[in-house]
Amino acid sequence: MKAWRNDAVAKVSGRARYADDYKFPGMLHAAPVYTDHVHARIIAVHTEEAQACAGVVGVYTAADAPGNAVFGQIQRDYAMLAGDRIRMHGDVVALVVAETRAQAMAAAAKVSVTAEALPPVLDPEEAFRDEVLIHPEKGTNLINHHKVRTGDVAAGFAESALVLEEVFQTQFVEHAYIEPESAVAVPGDDGVMRIYGSMQHPFSTRRFTATLLGLPLSDVEVITIPMGGGFGGKDDTAAIVSARAALAARLTGRPVKLTYTREWSMRESYKRHPYKVYYKMGVGADGSIKAAEVKIFADGGAYCSVTPWVTWRSTVQCCGPYQVPNVCCDTYGVHTNNVFTGAFRGFGSPQMNFIVEQLVERAAQKLGMDEIAFRRRNMVTQGCTTITQQKLDGHTVSLEQALSAVMEKIDYANKRARCGQEAGDGDEVYGIGLAMSYRGMSLGAEGIDLCAAIINGQFDGSILVETGIHENGQGSESAMVLCAAEHLGVRRERIRYRRSSTSNIMDSATTVASRGTLMGTSAIVLAANKLKAQMAEVLAPQLRCEPGEVRFADDCLHGAEGHRLTWDEAVWQMFLHQEHPYAAATFKAPDVSWDEETGHGNAYFTWVYGCQAVEVMVNRKSGQVRLLQAVAAHDVGKAVNPAMLLGQIYGGMTQGYGYALKEEVLMKDGRITNTNLGRYKIPKAEDVPDFQAIVIENPDPMSASKAKGVGEPALELMAPAIANAVRHATGHDCFRKLPLRVEPF
Amino acid sequence: MQVTINGKIVALTAEDLAKGLLDYLREDLDLTGTKNGCNVGVCGACVVLVDDKPQRACRRKVVDVVDKKVVTIEGMSDAQGALHPLQIAFIEEGAVQCGFCTPGMVMSAHALLMQHATPSRAEVRRAINNNLCRCTGYQQIVDAVVAAGPAYAKDA
Repeated sequence: MKAWRNDAVAKVSGRARYADDYKFPGMLHAAPVYTDHVHARIIAVHTEEAQACAGVVGVYTAADAPGNAVFGQIQRDYAMLAGDRIRMHGDVVALVVAETRAQAMAAAAKVSVTAEALPPVLDPEEAFRDEVLIHPEKGTNLINHHKVRTGDVAAGFAESALVLEEVFQTQFVEHAYIEPESAVAVPGDDGVMRIYGSMQHPFSTRRFTATLLGLPLSDVEVITIPMGGGFGGKDDTAAIVSARAALAARLTGRPVKLTYTREWSMRESYKRHPYKVYYKMGVGADGSIKAAEVKIFADGGAYCSVTPWVTWRSTVQCCGPYQVPNVCCDTYGVHTNNVFTGAFRGFGSPQMNFIVEQLVERAAQKLGMDEIAFRRRNMVTQGCTTITQQKLDGHTVSLEQALSAVMEKIDYANKRARCGQEAGDGDEVYGIGLAMSYRGMSLGAEGIDLCAAIINGQFDGSILVETGIHENGQGSESAMVLCAAEHLGVRRERIRYRRSSTSNIMDSATTVASRGTLMGTSAIVLAANKLKAQMAEVLAPQLRCEPGEVRFADDCLHGAEGHRLTWDEAVWQMFLHQEHPYAAATFKAPDVSWDEETGHGNAYFTWVYGCQAVEVMVNRKSGQVRLLQAVAAHDVGKAVNPAMLLGQIYGGMTQGYGYALKEEVLMKDGRITNTNLGRYKIPKAEDVPDFQAIVIENPDPMSASKAKGVGEPALELMAPAIANAVRHATGHDCFRKLPLRVEPF
Repeated sequence: MQVTINGKIVALTAEDLAKGLLDYLREDLDLTGTKNGCNVGVCGACVVLVDDKPQRACRRKVVDVVDKKVVTIEGMSDAQGALHPLQIAFIEEGAVQCGFCTPGMVMSAHALLMQHATPSRAEVRRAINNNLCRCTGYQQIVDAVVAAGPAYAKDA
């Protein structure tokens, strides 16, 4: 396969410039100042000694912000520079700005704080009791409470032959993008503050920055540059790092770079939510799930961030891809003094999939049923109703297609019989397991969901394309180029992706939620259709046909009876007609709905379906789990750039492997103890085998381009598939904690 | 005192010798293709070749490379900017996502292939085991390194 992406040459040659690679004349360097407190009332921040250090140009605290230091995407509770309180160990009380980075870091150590320590609250269930408030002005530690109230769970349990009750706990997880946060802010001579930074939400970055600086949005411009990975993690923290650089640039009048060390990044940046989940499932003697009662405590940490949205997805998907007639779910996002938590690839689903996919197998086992037959009996099907009373139609419900494709490819039925058998010298036993899921696409009823695209045809035949989707590394720009080329009927080489600027492209929200391809290419399709209609209207007479008959293909506009214009001729004719071949369009997500009280509604406008199976060897003596093989099948609607699609699947599976077996942010009294990649271990090349991916394409009518997303589904299935494989190998009943720890057996 | 960097001789001052090699490359020479991911020698984003051996620039001082040959990612393409077959393989096999690990990954793979042009997939994985990548799951990187092998065999 010959892969293509527009930025690959720059990236393999070292020419791609990431934020820390930028240099500007007169540029200063900033460093953050932390304290050792986890929860405290700030009495004074002493900056005098730092001010006097060599090379120091300024030491700034919250009081120096021309605008408001406190902001947030949902609740405005995050102090970009802490003013009155410290709420987590990663809070920043001051920013030191100096001629060199070394000088800024040296002076940062000279800033001291007088503070009154407050009792830290580190357990979400304890915090839930509101005995100590993290944000006294909120009057509660509760960030949000989501519900589902469907049917009558008491009646459901009454008619159940089997009731399973378990408590699960998951861990804090670090995104571990290889590039730590970095931003350069450059004050422009036109009064605009320009930001070159590593972030996946330029529009939020602009809002954070404008708020801190007290500027209108039009006076802050965020310019897209290459970014070294995000996975959901370069939303709030990256925005705040950018805003702080901009504050320093504003106050000094000079360009300022703020590049995070790995230690600062891991200390301060938000993590995946640890969940504590009380799960009760009732099943009839016939193997049908009758009821689920679910109580979720999500540790939101010190700040709200997007906890209400993350936990909302967990609520909507709390029963996995199964039809359950009676559901009572209560999900609480709760403040603690731990590091705050927010968006992370999967976004509230990996925790729930880990639980549900084990419970369905336990239920099947206890009823003496085959675990696959049990799933088939209960899983969502075309036209069925979800637990939130959404009818699954308007797209292809392809869960069975994914399940059977994976089972066939990995030879599940035959290999399942081998589980528990010894291999090699007898220390290792074999296991195979699988998991499946459905996933609501894009933001759903969580947020305003729209995306813009601009196609700007040039009079020499070249074309500029821009969207509001951010290139996080996933290959979004190349997907947009390929989509534009296909829909305009032109050669890919004509098209240059214009790196987006928040001052040019319309606010298209964040590049998360596996929405980039779906929303971005859909906007491209609408813009391409608009441009084609405009060109056809102008040029139809020359093509001897009606505008509706003009066909765009093979780099030409085709009319009647062999009349045609090459693309070059067509845009030149547009020029002669005084018409710009230019179109801007917005793809608005189809309608969704949600009732907070009942937890009913059309939560997402479309869904994706996937299944993954893994084979493992488990060592009896060490408990070590070795992955032998993994197969994934995902319905992506339409594959836009196949090599990048496979990269998303393999990469997601590998992150899921880390989530299942390796990764955990270790905390001691609210302080993270593994703040670099030596002790926070992400998967390495030798940890994982080659994977196999099956791409299912059921074009989705809800997407203008027919394409959907795959970034998150690829991750969310790995932990439950591995847990099930290890269960089958060892006979262990259920894993209640992540990462999995297998005791010698 | 001098060092050869990407084929060019660079004179070193006494002040340069005490600098970290990574900072020296990035800040003094503006060779920013070599990345800093952890600064403690774990992630491999700063791997360069020193006398054809992969080394972590964040763990080396300039004094360590006096009179040696250093090759960074910028030295992989020729003077006209034509890409090395290994770089082309990274593109064609879809081995690039965010690209931040790519320079170090290419250098580690280059060191392997110069020694051994027909590595097995397991050997490739071993050679890049201390280069962390969070995007790709490594598979297409392994594809790329294996695919580039024949170009090295021809050189030999």
